[in-house]
Amino acid sequence: MKKENKKQQRIKGKGKMEKKNNLLSVRNLNVYFDDEQIIKDFSFNVKKGDIITIIGPNGSGKTTLLNALLGMLPSNGRMTGIIKWQPKVKINYLPQDFSKAKFSKLPLTIRDFFRFKTKSDDEIIKMLSKVGLKRSKNILDRNPSKLSSGQFQRLLIAWSLIDDPDVLLLDEPTAGLDIGGEETVYSLLKKFWDKHRITILLITHDLNIVYGYSSYCLCMSKNTHCYGVPQDVLTPQKLRSLYGNKIKFYKHKHII
Amino acid sequence: MDSFLLSLVVGAFVGGIAGYIGSLMITRQMSIVAGPLGHLALPGVALALVFGFNIFIGALLSIGIGAIVIWFFNHRLKSKVHLEALVAVVFASGVAIGFLFLPISDAEAALIGDITRVNMTDLLLVIPLSIMLFFVVRFIYNKIILCDLSRGLAKSMGIDCSKYNLVYLLSIALVVAMEVKMVGILLTAALVAIPAVAARNITNSIKQYSFMSMVFGCFSVVSGISLSMITKYPPGPLMILVAFSLFLISWIFVKR
Repeated sequence: MKKENKKQQRIKGKGKMEKKNNLLSVRNLNVYFDDEQIIKDFSFNVKKGDIITIIGPNGSGKTTLLNALLGMLPSNGRMTGIIKWQPKVKINYLPQDFSKAKFSKLPLTIRDFFRFKTKSDDEIIKMLSKVGLKRSKNILDRNPSKLSSGQFQRLLIAWSLIDDPDVLLLDEPTAGLDIGGEETVYSLLKKFWDKHRITILLITHDLNIVYGYSSYCLCMSKNTHCYGVPQDVLTPQKLRSLYGNKIKFYKHKHII
Repeated sequence: MDSFLLSLVVGAFVGGIAGYIGSLMITRQMSIVAGPLGHLALPGVALALVFGFNIFIGALLSIGIGAIVIWFFNHRLKSKVHLEALVAVVFASGVAIGFLFLPISDAEAALIGDITRVNMTDLLLVIPLSIMLFFVVRFIYNKIILCDLSRGLAKSMGIDCSKYNLVYLLSIALVVAMEVKMVGILLTAALVAIPAVAARNITNSIKQYSFMSMVFGCFSVVSGISLSMITKYPPGPLMILVAFSLFLISWIFVKR
């Protein structure tokens, strides 16, 4: 426990020096649901252009953290500590509860779906081709649920990027995709990041992504958390304490 | 004004707005809610009959209060209970109160409704209300749909789903209150559900869908009243049967 606190202090000290570059700084964040504490004393900084991956077992509070960062905890949640975004950053959030099934019952075309964000069809088409949704005939008139899972996920990515956010919060954007689909989504995000240097906070379970793409990794479980460069903080011991003893992890150095 | 003409005008407005709001209701599995809400008219109608004021105003008051109570419970209990169950709780209690006071001899007017008995006051209430409701529903339409697609996302875009839900429920309450005089308490759900389902069958985009639903609602009521003039059957059931025929015909043109 004491060791943990020391680490917090260290990160805090670092934070002071770089305060001006911080897009987001979180200080001593605690989040409670009813009487249960979900997030215990988190402190970290995010700079512009960082890719932060958030990993941890199910139920460790990853989504809750994103919700807290967005200032939208449910009514039985409360928080203490400080969350400070740089003024006027545009944050887009892609939650996990978007499902194809929800679209299928709605008479909603892809055009309708993008109308929440833009009026211009040209802009939509341009964005869709950027994410590799080929300009098939009348794609704008189709229901999003008619797409394959991989295409659907790319559609969501396109949707969250079309209004030029500074920050993108993604909650497991590849849940339910096969390896190929997953790879496509991530290389797409990488491509965007290379070009626009947007800041990305990403919940994922894929350690390859954590090692390969992220500038910093935030790991969390019920009992412990860590923040830092993945190669430094995600030691085998840490991973075991996150996920339990029985799981084996392999680090793939050759990726990217 | 001639009473036939009067009922046609009132019917066209109520049918149109019922179809329009119905199109929003069936997308969120709430079409059947109009039924119980219609029943909530009972205590108001009972009071109106006992104290001799306009039935429509009585219905409006009690349905409005019912809707607020339902919204309040939903707001507080949504993590535990479905909205639909809360509707059941509130509506049954409302009906119980209604039957305590309702003079049974007058029950028919409330249960079956009779549009041929609308008067000038009804007309003056219904027309501005329908127009107002049209704009209110148009304003909340996309926001409600976004809330249904993903509450988290809507919230992150600054849309207060709970607030829009209240507006939505109150709008339904108003529409249902207007319906009671026309088709009676027992048939209120039909007039919001059937035109919308028929419209859903033949359209794929939100614009066409909500527009066609409104047209079908309007057409069903107007033809129902006209058919009633010719056949001398009561107009309420005829409206619903016209709507049902539209629904059957729409199957031929189902767009997949």
